[in-house]
Amino acid sequence: MKSRIVFLISLAFLLSACGPADQQPGSSANFTKNTPKGQASVVDDESAKNILQIAASSPDHTTLVAAVQAAEIEHVLVNTGPLTVFAPNNDAFAALPAGTVETLLKPENKQKLAFILTNHAAPGTYKGRLLKDGRKIYMATGEYIPIRRDGDDIYIGDAKILATIDASNGVIHVIDKILLPTEK
Amino acid sequence: MRKTNKLIVVMFIMTIAFIVTSCKQSGSNSGALNNSAAERVFVAPGEYDEFYAFVSGGFSGQLAVHGLPSGRLFKIIPVFSVDGEKAYGFNEETKPMLETSYGFIPWGDAHHPDLSQTNGVIDGRWCFINENNTPRIARIDLTTFETVEIIEIPNSAGNHSSPYVTDNTEYVVAGTRFAVPVPQRDMSIDQYKGNFKGAMTFVKVDPENGSMSLEFQILMPGFDYDKAHPGRGKSHGWFFFTTYNVEEANSLLEVNASQRDKDFIAAINWKKAEEYMKAGKFKTMPVRYAHNVYEDATHSATSTMKKTVRVLDPSVLPGLVYFLPTPKSPHGCDVDPTGEYIVASGKLSANVTAHSFTKMLKAIEDKAFDGEAYGIPILSFEAVNAGSVVQPGLGPLHTEFDGKGYAYTTFFISSEVVKWKLGTWEVIDRKPTYYSVGHLMIPGGNSQKPFGKYLLAMNKITKDRYLPTGPEVCQSAQLYDITGEKMELLLDFPTMGEPHYAAGIPADLIKANSKKFFKLEENNHPYATKSEAATKVVRKGRDVHIYMTMIRSHFAPDNIEGVKVGDRVYFHVTNLEQDYDVPHGIAMIGANTSELLIMPGQTETLVWQPTKPGVWPFYCTDFCSALHQEMQGYVRVSPRNSNIKLSWSLDGE
Repeated sequence: MKSRIVFLISLAFLLSACGPADQQPGSSANFTKNTPKGQASVVDDESAKNILQIAASSPDHTTLVAAVQAAEIEHVLVNTGPLTVFAPNNDAFAALPAGTVETLLKPENKQKLAFILTNHAAPGTYKGRLLKDGRKIYMATGEYIPIRRDGDDIYIGDAKILATIDASNGVIHVIDKILLPTEK
Repeated sequence: MRKTNKLIVVMFIMTIAFIVTSCKQSGSNSGALNNSAAERVFVAPGEYDEFYAFVSGGFSGQLAVHGLPSGRLFKIIPVFSVDGEKAYGFNEETKPMLETSYGFIPWGDAHHPDLSQTNGVIDGRWCFINENNTPRIARIDLTTFETVEIIEIPNSAGNHSSPYVTDNTEYVVAGTRFAVPVPQRDMSIDQYKGNFKGAMTFVKVDPENGSMSLEFQILMPGFDYDKAHPGRGKSHGWFFFTTYNVEEANSLLEVNASQRDKDFIAAINWKKAEEYMKAGKFKTMPVRYAHNVYEDATHSATSTMKKTVRVLDPSVLPGLVYFLPTPKSPHGCDVDPTGEYIVASGKLSANVTAHSFTKMLKAIEDKAFDGEAYGIPILSFEAVNAGSVVQPGLGPLHTEFDGKGYAYTTFFISSEVVKWKLGTWEVIDRKPTYYSVGHLMIPGGNSQKPFGKYLLAMNKITKDRYLPTGPEVCQSAQLYDITGEKMELLLDFPTMGEPHYAAGIPADLIKANSKKFFKLEENNHPYATKSEAATKVVRKGRDVHIYMTMIRSHFAPDNIEGVKVGDRVYFHVTNLEQDYDVPHGIAMIGANTSELLIMPGQTETLVWQPTKPGVWPFYCTDFCSALHQEMQGYVRVSPRNSNIKLSWSLDGE
């Protein structure tokens, strides 16, 4: 009951807040918010799904997608890439100390959030045998995070790769922990 | 219960984020793209644009001439690819332009146009442009807007860091992107490391007539050489090349060339190289490369095969080359107008790096070395680095300058142009591009004197920006006003091929020099026909030479008989007009080549080999005049064994 009220209030606020805001048709409409029109706004339901579209359709990645939108880095994830994205699932975010996600999602923390998220993306397509034990992956933040193999399990830093999904512009590895940058 | 609460919170936050960002969006919608932007790019009918923009056609092999701020397209200059419209590479006169040591090559991959300079200021005389696939540099004459010279680069493969004109157009350069065996030989690819070489070629330009000659090559280690920029002002005499793959990987470079923290900028002291040349410290190497020159006097090109090149070895010539460590596969290599900062964008790097020329000289003097590579000293990063722009965007590529102390860098992955301040390295502004920007251009932004009014960003991807045209859609250029603190997007327009780079120049520096037509009395083409009285048809064995003229609105002669199946018929056609903008064309049915498009006073040659007896028409292809449709003629073709005498006429005479 309470949840429904919050939702309705949010929805009402949303509809009334901006008046004649851009009305993007199609399924990608939610990703178009930080520029008059950006690459994430391209309406295309025919092409193979890109990293953002795959993440957005995953019920396990709602927090990540919300964070990507709050940080306004949607366009990066639809760029031609290629990118390797290590995508923490909702449980990974939930495992952070209480209040961390809520704090990061605040507008004033946008840059910090963007930096943390960027630490989950690497230029290039790293998958399969390219995820060699000991290889250091150069993340888009400039930090290196090592790959570790333990039997059939593959880890990036301390995070375990739970699943791998090919995307049109790279690859997504679902991971169970957040890759916090050491720098900031 | 707790889980539900968290979900509510997340949903609420998402909503807020959505609102905040969508409000911002509607705000910017009413900003730059309003009527005033339209007025600022509108060039009224009959008015001229303020700037020329020479925009690379990339894989089209050509060079497009646009006007700025309107974006209007004026001309496509054929350079490295054949062009049926202008008969470039199809007529007998221009075929030699596309000769190489590999034979005639009908296509090229054009990359970076750059304009000639005098005292570090663009002078509007010539535009140079490099070809990547079959390494070449071309020179375009900016009085005729035609390609007048192409020089092939030996020992090179993937001529990417090129041509980049020095302060007084002393040199254009050609740095090989792919290291190769030098000299080329049959060897295992596994033996790449330490054995392949990267040739840096310095092509001297004659200050009077622009003529190019291959002066010397420096044989560098087998890295990939990506982009280049000459020193300016205080750093004049130096040339800087970015390198990647200092790992010397020969497979899956996507991963294997990205393993090291830093690659290099190679700083080459070309004045030192000149001293070593003078002192005879070079080796002469046998090679083969074509040098093709087009002469306006004969309206014809010649191709000469050159046989040697003089080579300098930096591992035994001290002071010739130094390496400046530079993070993560640097791509763009740009020197600011003062010549002090060498700005490199590691395309994988999170930062944009600027080195100081002053610090570099001091580091050399102090021997602040951090090892060496193949006998070339590596300067210490800390000793040469001036600063970095920290986390300005993702995927930095290229930087240009406005001459007011600001630099503008493109970011491919985050699709934006970022304005930052030289010296303080602070980000001043950022604007999105649509989408995935590569190069950018400020007129004169590659010289000591930029004209910092507009910035042209060139995008690799357009997806939904224009009406769709099937799977292949255009690439684009976007024009920003950079006169204020914040950049303003004014216009975007489609471009031909891939706009790798562009060169811009105030129109006033060129337009008065633009030739209106060629003087007939100066036409020294061996088959020129300067009056209708001089027209004739001459048989030499199976070759038939038609000395033909064209003027409004007829050919002379226009009836020709006595041609036989199996003949090789040369139409040597001279346009007798001496009037601006009256070209004529000619096309012959069944000719296995293009039309000719002949400017007033010019002679061009079309070859036709008739295969069937009959009477075959030719006509003018350019709507030249009110009686253009009357501009036609016939050639009678008889069987090989016929006795029809060669004859020609106009109006029965």
